[in-house]
Amino acid sequence: MRRVHDRGGWPDAGSIDRSEHDLAMWEKQTDALLRLLASRDKRILRVDELRRAIEDLDPAAYERMNYYERWLTAIENLLVEKGILTREAIAQRLAELAAQSG
Amino acid sequence: MHDHEHGVHAAQTETTSPHELRVRAIITLLMDKGLLSAEELRRTIEDMEARTPALGAKVVARAWVDPAFKARLLADAKAAIAELGIDTSAFITLKVVENTEKVHNVVVCTLCSCYPRDLLGVPPAWYKSLNYRARVVVDPRGVLKEFGLELAPDVEVRVYDSTADVRYLVLPQRPPGSEGLSEEALASLVTRDSMIGVARARTPAAD
Amino acid sequence: MAPKFKPGDRVRVRVAYPPHHFRTPGYIQGKTGTVEVVHGAFRNPESLAYGGDGLPKQYLYLVRFAQTEVWEGYPAGSQDQLLLDLYEHWLEPA
Repeated sequence: MRRVHDRGGWPDAGSIDRSEHDLAMWEKQTDALLRLLASRDKRILRVDELRRAIEDLDPAAYERMNYYERWLTAIENLLVEKGILTREAIAQRLAELAAQSG
Repeated sequence: MHDHEHGVHAAQTETTSPHELRVRAIITLLMDKGLLSAEELRRTIEDMEARTPALGAKVVARAWVDPAFKARLLADAKAAIAELGIDTSAFITLKVVENTEKVHNVVVCTLCSCYPRDLLGVPPAWYKSLNYRARVVVDPRGVLKEFGLELAPDVEVRVYDSTADVRYLVLPQRPPGSEGLSEEALASLVTRDSMIGVARARTPAAD
Repeated sequence: MAPKFKPGDRVRVRVAYPPHHFRTPGYIQGKTGTVEVVHGAFRNPESLAYGGDGLPKQYLYLVRFAQTEVWEGYPAGSQDQLLLDLYEHWLEPA
């Protein structure tokens, strides 16, 4: 069966929003993060793995998320899968950062 | 937002979005492990911001004024681009496809967002959108019309779906009225969208 | 190993939805086209996507399809073309 990322000819697609968006800093950081992790020097993950992790997102989440949300979620999932980070450590760091920014 | 600020420990603004927090959490955790440095991140973002369609426009303008260069560009894009002093050592395999009176090329990636970033920078939002990816393969003429480009029926439309390890760049037609312009002036007519294939190059403003 | 196909060869795209990552869009599966360019051999993304080494490399081809053969509703008589990069193991002689 065709999966959610395989969009060519997808039925009922509407008009294309052509407005220009400057990337927010978190989007640039997410892009840069992927490029660094996939760089020849580091090779912590491959772009092919990123694609696979994006394709493995829940289909409803894939449709709902914006572009770099998909990337960030996929990067996080891959880092956990590879045993580089844990969910607990991420949750704890998030809580610390949220408290600081509160 | 703090567009000038590249650090991950950016001064807090009034609100911090969940995405900002999340990317910062991951980045700082990786830094703690020594897998990544603030300096590397800063340089990577700078490189991203420096890479703009001006690079592609320079290549196109040279192809317009130098037929021998154009032939080499179409045959082996990377080698030809290196002639212009552009560092292509980290380039992904690139193929340049030429628009003519009879053929119009347009590029998409239906599976994700493959794009000739080495020459054009980050793709525009619409290129990555689900609607563009869905429609341009099945109804290219309708999509081009939406972009303001109506093609005669006898022009062959070629849609390139970049599904693998090759990136495609469109060499737009040199616009009428551009005779005698300098290479630099020509490059200013070459828009990002014309190198994706959803528009023609600009025509020179009439004096 | 030499590439199995050369420019001008007619090829049919396999129909398959393996339960892993692959780079052959659904809309082109089962369609017949013509090899336009042999790009060379590239690491196999179906292995790279899981941390594998991508070997053996697979030949990658630019394949051209007539739009009228890909989409049922495409205006009859149109010369329009659709071109995709496809790995050799997704192609069979037509």
